[in-house]
Amino acid sequence: MIPRPFRIQSVRKETADTFTLDLKSADDGRPGAFAPGQFNMLYVFGVGEVPISISSDPRDGSTLKHTTRAVGTVTKALERLKKGDTVGIRGPFGSSWPVEEARGRDCVIVAGGIGLAPLRSALYFLLASRESYQKIVLLYGARTPEDILYRPELERWRSQFDLDVRVTVDRAGHEWRGPVGVVPALVRRAGFDPANATAMVCGPEVMLRFTVRELENRGMDHRHIYISMERNMKCAIGFCGHCQFGPTFVCKDGPVFGYDRIAPILGKAEV
Amino acid sequence: MIENLERIIAEHSFFHGMDERHIRFIVGCAKNVRFEEGQMIFREGDPAVHFYFLREGMVSLELMVPNRGRAILQTVAPGEVVGWSWLVAPYRWHFDGRALLATRALAFDGKCLLAKCEEDHDLGYEILKRFTSVVSERLEVTRLQLLDLYGSAA
Amino acid sequence: MTAYRAQSGETVLIEAQQLDTLIQTLTRRGYEVVGPTICEGAIVYDRLGSAKDLPAGWTDEQDGGTYRLKRRADNALFGYVVGPHSWKKYLHPPAVRLWRAERGANGFSIVAEKQEPPKYAFLGVRACELHGIRIQDKVFLEGAHTDPTYSSHRANVFLVALNCGQAGGTCFCASMNTGPKAESGYDLALTEIVEQGRHRFVVEIGTERGAEILAEIPHEPAGESDRETAKRIVAETAGHMGRTMDTAGIKELLYSNYDHPRWEQVAQRCLTCANCTMVCPTCFCSTVEDVTDLTGEHAERWRKWDSCFTMDFSYIHGGSVRATAKSRYRQWMTHKLGTWIDQFGSSGCVGCGRCITWCPVGIDITEEVRAIRKSAPGGSPES
Repeated sequence: MIPRPFRIQSVRKETADTFTLDLKSADDGRPGAFAPGQFNMLYVFGVGEVPISISSDPRDGSTLKHTTRAVGTVTKALERLKKGDTVGIRGPFGSSWPVEEARGRDCVIVAGGIGLAPLRSALYFLLASRESYQKIVLLYGARTPEDILYRPELERWRSQFDLDVRVTVDRAGHEWRGPVGVVPALVRRAGFDPANATAMVCGPEVMLRFTVRELENRGMDHRHIYISMERNMKCAIGFCGHCQFGPTFVCKDGPVFGYDRIAPILGKAEV
Repeated sequence: MIENLERIIAEHSFFHGMDERHIRFIVGCAKNVRFEEGQMIFREGDPAVHFYFLREGMVSLELMVPNRGRAILQTVAPGEVVGWSWLVAPYRWHFDGRALLATRALAFDGKCLLAKCEEDHDLGYEILKRFTSVVSERLEVTRLQLLDLYGSAA
Repeated sequence: MTAYRAQSGETVLIEAQQLDTLIQTLTRRGYEVVGPTICEGAIVYDRLGSAKDLPAGWTDEQDGGTYRLKRRADNALFGYVVGPHSWKKYLHPPAVRLWRAERGANGFSIVAEKQEPPKYAFLGVRACELHGIRIQDKVFLEGAHTDPTYSSHRANVFLVALNCGQAGGTCFCASMNTGPKAESGYDLALTEIVEQGRHRFVVEIGTERGAEILAEIPHEPAGESDRETAKRIVAETAGHMGRTMDTAGIKELLYSNYDHPRWEQVAQRCLTCANCTMVCPTCFCSTVEDVTDLTGEHAERWRKWDSCFTMDFSYIHGGSVRATAKSRYRQWMTHKLGTWIDQFGSSGCVGCGRCITWCPVGIDITEEVRAIRKSAPGGSPES
């Protein structure tokens, strides 16, 4: 598969180490349809490729947004690009958030750090068909108040009456007047019906495991808990073997997994 | 309206499953309290006379860090407990506590409760069992905070 | 000369010297004939110009971490088993350029590499190797995506199978139900008979294409006694396997023993050298390399063989998921014998024994399974 050229509309700094690329296709203008939770492989000329979740609105056909941290060779190269530069895109790949399964149910969206990026696509989708879902709860954990991703958007959502947004940070200075602690702890008091809810969780693996535990303690069934996994990827189409996680390929069986499918291996060290 | 303290105690999640007679035994140590938003509840080093079961609002545990200013370490929410320094010598608060929001709580006199626990060891065991659970949960949260999961890769 | 023309499904007999006619016929028909030949003390797969390139009169002695060539008493052309090469070197080449890109004023443009592989004829494909090829066909051709490189290299390959006349010291195809008899998936299947001064081949014709090629080689119908001899040879091979593996419930066994102490023990020996993955006929993992020239205007993307044994294989920001040798050996073995079944519907192992022979410290996959089965705290199905 060959990367398609996409042109950068903007590179927007979100927090100290996170940025969002806004992209438009450079050939025929349409980025192509994707489902929330899927990812693209972004190619920087001569440097390499990196898998990044799509965090734009799946209904907006004109633009693709990718939010990522600059932590490796390719992402650091991406951060140095400017408006007008070209990147290559292959995709979309992978499984998506269970927005259909969640119809008629409460939606519990739990995000940790950069994990909010792939969940934002899901939120756009859910809010666009708001009447199809019961309560929608967003629980988000960031490192510090300065690291809160998409803050203006979160504040706007929080002011809506049909969406419950709770944000916690690991630590804060005295200007922060919200919870300080960890996001799994927010699950305990979140307002949703565990017997009729679908949970979508994304973040560092430790945060995933502890959040799932809290959801279980609230009485949620494994079959309605979905998490997004991350592994090394080279091809994104199930041939290079790098993204294997037990019997699954994260690039095609994931990245979104029903927890019941991977529960036996999620806690196993070095699997 | 006079609120029945016994009922309030029994309803708080900390006392879930506790014997009625134990609850009646300790009600004398309890009282309803209110804090205004921003009000300092206790300071580092103060004698830990009371501890609090939160009913409404939010309390933050804070520390003044030289050169960094006031840091919020953890917040405590309704249904949770603030303070176990009254259980452990030298019976002084280790951190500052502030009502982040207007807060209503059940305050217990630590000395009073300790005395009752000495008198009735069954009661003491029930209280300690529950506090162990609270401390363990708080420790788990603290450990996760320590991991700095969202920080840059080590 | 030929009295009759054999059809697909029939069995014929040819004289040993006709092997050269077979090679020349295939070559004339535009095939690049590749097969076993000696190089640097091992029998590898390479181009064959004529039957003289075959290792006539040689055999191999194999054991854990051991491979030696020895002279035979006879002049058998295929009197050995398998060496360090497998046919994947042709179907799933070790280094492939996927595309080239040029930087221009308006971004960059990418041109896919046109795949124009030669039309291969594989001479001497063992039953285990036929299964190995079929397993890689499953991976690259029968999933949601098709790999164009594998597909173009695999198309039109002419397969001449060889039923093994002896079992190797590390062979266990009988345990894996992958041999020693080549059952299907070939154009022609040969069984070599060297006895009492006769040197012939019983040839089973598998396809129309095979019949067409055979039409140009002097042959006669195989008689009853020759067929019986061929059967006997294969049966003897089956009875002399160097290793065995009990595969009953092996997937569940490995799934429930991620924490077995044996993994720690084998890790003490494993050098994570990746030899096993390189010689294994089914291992398919790869990596990509993006390279530029000095001007930075011209970029290329290459695909290269990779191994789950390398430290970087599972690297995500901050570190590798599988940092220890223990986790990497466990990954390889659990994948090969267990998770492969869930992924592709069959075992990934064909019992060729290469990983045992070419492991510098002689780690034996059959022994590892035996050890885990013997003392499985995670539970072991009764075998």
